[in-house]
Amino acid sequence: MVSQNSIDDLARRIGDGCLLALPKPEAGASMAVLRALVRRGARDLRLWCLPASGLQVDLLVGAGCVASVECSGVSLGEFGAAPRFRRAAESGTVRIVDTTCQAMYAAVQAGEKGSPFVALRGIVGSDILAHRDDWRVMQNPFASGEDPVVVLPAVRPDMALIHARLRDSRGNLWVGNAREAIVLAHAARQTVATFEAHYDGNLLDDERMTAGTIAPIYVEAAAHAPRGAWPLALPGAYPADRKHLAGYAAAAASEDGFAAWLDRHVLGVGAAA
Amino acid sequence: MSAPPTRDEFLACVLAREIEGLDNVAVGTNSPVAATAALLVEAESGGRTRASILGSRRYNPFNDGGSELHDRAAQGRIDAFFLGGGQIDGAGNINLVGTGEYPDVKVRFPGSYGSAFLYFLIPRVILFREEHSRRVLVPRVDFVSAPGTSPPSVHRSGGPHALVTRLCAMAFDRDEGGFRLQSLHPGVRLDAVRAATGFAFDTPAEVPETSPPEPGRLALIREIVRERVAETYPEFAATRIGPG
Repeated sequence: MVSQNSIDDLARRIGDGCLLALPKPEAGASMAVLRALVRRGARDLRLWCLPASGLQVDLLVGAGCVASVECSGVSLGEFGAAPRFRRAAESGTVRIVDTTCQAMYAAVQAGEKGSPFVALRGIVGSDILAHRDDWRVMQNPFASGEDPVVVLPAVRPDMALIHARLRDSRGNLWVGNAREAIVLAHAARQTVATFEAHYDGNLLDDERMTAGTIAPIYVEAAAHAPRGAWPLALPGAYPADRKHLAGYAAAAASEDGFAAWLDRHVLGVGAAA
Repeated sequence: MSAPPTRDEFLACVLAREIEGLDNVAVGTNSPVAATAALLVEAESGGRTRASILGSRRYNPFNDGGSELHDRAAQGRIDAFFLGGGQIDGAGNINLVGTGEYPDVKVRFPGSYGSAFLYFLIPRVILFREEHSRRVLVPRVDFVSAPGTSPPSVHRSGGPHALVTRLCAMAFDRDEGGFRLQSLHPGVRLDAVRAATGFAFDTPAEVPETSPPEPGRLALIREIVRERVAETYPEFAATRIGPG
C-alpha cells in the first residue's frame, strides 16, 4: 500500500514562490488543495494555467497568494468575468503574463520531451509577442524563402497540482481523458494530486484504463479528497455547483464580499476541506 | 403559424450563411449562438459539414485535450471558427486583453485564449460580437491579441472573413485590409451603424437588408438543433430559441 498524505500536507509541499501548474478546470481542479493553500497563507505563487482558468486563479489571487499568472484566459464562463483576477490586473498587484493556448501546450509538451524549445506558427505581429522577453522569432531553417516562426523555451513547472478520479494501491492515478493533467504531470519537476476514490486493482492491468493513467513515478504525494473539485464540475463524476458559483461571482465582485465568502467557505469553522 | 424568430435565432441564421458548404467548422467555449449556427449547417448538410462544439461531449470529436483543435487548425483541417473581442478595429485587429496602455490596463478582459494562433491559421474566422458600439468597434485596438492581416513574408493561411453584430453584417477584404458593409439587419439605418462604429468601412451604393431566417432553417433550429445545442447550453436552448 502506498503512503497517503493529507490535503494540508500537499499544500505545504507547494512552496511559496514556486511555479505552480494547474490544468483547465474541465481536466480536474484540486479545489481542496487550493483552499488549503489559502488557509496556510501561501505567498508569491507563480501560476501557470494550461491553457485557461477561472475560479482556481480567482480564489488564489483574491486571497493574496499570487505574484504572477500565466494563462491564455481567466473567466468564470457563464458567471461572467473573474472579478478578483480582473481587479488585480487593473490595479497591477499581480503580474499577468499574456499568452495563447497553443503556446502553452507546445511549451509544456517540449518540457515533457526534454526538448529545449519549440517552434510555432501564428503569433507574429501580436502584442503578446511584443511583451514576451522570453520568446524569439527566428527564420524557419527548413524553408527556402523567408518564413519567420516564433520559438518558445520549454516549460517545466516546479510543481503540478491535479485532481484524479481514482488511485490504486500502487499509487497509479486515473484521470480519464484529462490530457492536460497528464502532460503537466509528465513535464513538471514534481506533481501532487488529490483523488476522488480508491480503485480496487492495478490500473495498468486494464487496457481501457492505462491511457488515462499517470504512473506513480511522476507523483510525489497524493491525498484522498472526495468531491475535491467542488464547487467546480469533475467531468464524468459530478456537475458544477452552479448555485454556489453564482454566489461566488456575486460576492467576489467586491473586496468585502470576497473576504466574507472566504471566511465562510475557506477559512471559517465548518468550511469545506 | 410559427412564432417569429428570436434575436438569437436571427443571428444564428446570419452566422450560418458565412459557414454553409464548409467541411469542418469549430466553435469555442461560451458561444451558444455560433454553436446553433454550426449545428444548423451540420444538420442540413447531409453529412458534409462537421461541427465541433468545444465544451460538448456529443458534438465534439476531439479527445486529445485542448491542443487538438489548434493542432488541426495548423494542419489546415479546420475551415471556419468564431472569435469575439473586447475591441475590434477597422483593420481586423482584435483585442481580448484589455483597454489602456498595456500592461497598465484600465479594463482587463479575460485574455487572448486561442486567438493569437487560430486567427492566423483558420481560413474563415467569423468575428461575432453582438454589441455594436464605439466602445467595441474602435479606430485602433489598445492591444493586438491577433492582427487582422500580416506582411506577405508571414505564413498566414487564415484570418478574418466577416463581422456580425446586432446591427449588421460586414465582410472583410484581406487585400484592402478593411471591412465592407454587407447588409443591415431589419429596421437598422446606415447612419445608426456609422454612429456606432469607431472605424471607417466601405459602403456599397445600395445596402441590402439582412435576410430573415429562411422558414426551413427556423423550423430546423426549433425541431432538431435546439436539443443538440441544449447538451452544452441548456439555458440558452430553453430560453433563447423560440417555441417550435
